[in-house]
Amino acid sequence: MSGRVLVGVKRVIDYAVKIRVKPDNSSVVTDGVKHSMNPFCEIAVEEAVKMKEKKLIKEVVAVSCGPQQAQETIRTALAMGADRGIHVEVTGKDYETLGPLQISKIMAALAKKEEAQLIILGKQAIDDDCNQTGQMTAALLDWPQGTFASEVSLEGDKIKVVREVDGGLETIKINVPAVITADLRLNTPRYATLPNIMKAKKKKIANMKPADLGVDITSRLEVLRVDEPPQRQAGVKEHKHGARNLAEGTL
Amino acid sequence: MATVRPLGRIARVGSSICRNHRFFLNRSPQRRGIASCVDPAHGLTDEQREFQKVAFDFAANEMAPHMAEWDQKEFFPVETMQKAAQLGFGGIYVQPDVGGSGLSRLDTSVIFEALSTGCVSTTAYISIHNMCAWMIDTFGNTEQREKFCPELCSMEKFASYCLTEPGSGSDAASLLTTAQLKGDHYILNGSKAFISGGGDTDVYVVMCRTGGKGPKGISCLVVEKGTPGLNFGKKEKKMGWNSQPTRAVIFEDCAVPVTNRLGEEGQGFNIAMKGLNGGRINIASCSLGAAHASVQLARDHLLVRKQFGETLSNNQFLQFKLAEMATKLVASRLLVREAATALQENRPDAVSLCSMAKLFATDECFNICNQALQMHGGYGYLKDYAVQQFVRDIRVHQILEGTNEVMRMIISRNLLTESS
Repeated sequence: MSGRVLVGVKRVIDYAVKIRVKPDNSSVVTDGVKHSMNPFCEIAVEEAVKMKEKKLIKEVVAVSCGPQQAQETIRTALAMGADRGIHVEVTGKDYETLGPLQISKIMAALAKKEEAQLIILGKQAIDDDCNQTGQMTAALLDWPQGTFASEVSLEGDKIKVVREVDGGLETIKINVPAVITADLRLNTPRYATLPNIMKAKKKKIANMKPADLGVDITSRLEVLRVDEPPQRQAGVKEHKHGARNLAEGTL
Repeated sequence: MATVRPLGRIARVGSSICRNHRFFLNRSPQRRGIASCVDPAHGLTDEQREFQKVAFDFAANEMAPHMAEWDQKEFFPVETMQKAAQLGFGGIYVQPDVGGSGLSRLDTSVIFEALSTGCVSTTAYISIHNMCAWMIDTFGNTEQREKFCPELCSMEKFASYCLTEPGSGSDAASLLTTAQLKGDHYILNGSKAFISGGGDTDVYVVMCRTGGKGPKGISCLVVEKGTPGLNFGKKEKKMGWNSQPTRAVIFEDCAVPVTNRLGEEGQGFNIAMKGLNGGRINIASCSLGAAHASVQLARDHLLVRKQFGETLSNNQFLQFKLAEMATKLVASRLLVREAATALQENRPDAVSLCSMAKLFATDECFNICNQALQMHGGYGYLKDYAVQQFVRDIRVHQILEGTNEVMRMIISRNLLTESS
């Protein structure tokens, strides 16, 4: 199999940052907060770059949807070895309501436009934990999907995917073109090297809007309220003999 | 079921947290969110932020978890440094045609500052190695550059800088190691003291006397390990910088080919000082990293430790102390970065600025780390806590690569010389 791989990369609040909810409970504070590439997206980029190094595919295209800052995330992907980037510009209120359904529509449109043979995404984003984009994208394209991948190998015009599922490991063989979502143990992402960071400056990032792809990004969801998890309550001491009714106990 | 769902979510992401994966492994202070006013990313270009990010990630994942062990075991982390070299950290300001990364002095300062948050001692050694690679790159001829630089940039081979002797530290130009020309070799006799990496490194950049007294009689020779007559003293036991070995380097009729001389005879002292200008910025940058990490540690401790019924962060004295530490850190950083820019642009004030930056930053950052230790109370004195290692490791930055007293000499000479 040769050809083009699209990798979706999402800019999220850095995993090490302590999240705070805005005083109006509308959303989480993002201003001035450290952001970085979603860790599962890093794993997706790494897998795509590895495939290119093994000469199994020809080109890795990094895609991100969001405001101007999304370009930083694309640059990181370029520094890791992606060949070029596509920045789908979504700003303001549209960006706040951007979710998996809209992203999948955008990815599907791009896959057709770029004649991609493979889409690799992270299994979920660490900010919303939706775990939907990969699956929805596959459905919209009517492509097979290999989600929660911990091992991916190309065999001719099929892909063998080992999936991490609740019961253990499931191995499937799916046709190309397909959507893969990366799980934690798929690989260990490389550090960008200094020379690659400098080379990344010269790589192209194309700019476009969702409308250019014919995608309507109006949200079907409305966030009513965001709250912090309830404060942990004190535990209850159990009697030595016999447990209390668990329904009465607290976490 | 309300009680089960949160656990379920945590288990899903938590199972990934428990795995030995580099994202979720390290919760050390070096990795936490950066308090904004001391954020070292301020004022940098996007590209510099990328370099910084790689360096911070590398420091947090590859160095910080081992920093205490390397110190305690006095372990020279060759493999980790070679990993760093693969990212381009072996010859950061060496030219790309011989394997370097070709970055600016400011980029270099940013990188060493970030790496230092993971382990000061190892980063400081990497900076010395970089300095030697640059000296060969800049003053070597084509053959020398092609022979030595690629392997130094990849850290296949390691380098040491040999200037100081038992009898000449601050008075470096009075060095006594002689290099007598005999045919097509120099015969070296003498000894060097306090050589970082000495005994474990492969390439020694040695300043020695080929001519008369004073700086004009000094030349710079590259001596390779294994050359007969090249011996080493015992490994020194130090207060800090324990992840790099320090030994005396002894020359006994050590024959070095003339082709290993960098530049002309009599140019050696000049080469040594030019190397040190950059070296001083690098060492100052290492101090910045340690101070930054220590401020983070102190801040986190103040937010957690309670006495007299409230967290230490409510104590005004400690708030003000932390503010002073942060202010001095940012001031030091600005001076170091300005010196780096001046050196890059070859400005007339570059040498003085490098001296000022080294003087100010190493002094202030030591005080910052020391204060941070104090804020930890008794815990700060325990080796279980990183802050004491930062204090021990950066203490020597006020001494080497030119004592802070010598820095004052350089600066006052600039001020008091008639023509300036």
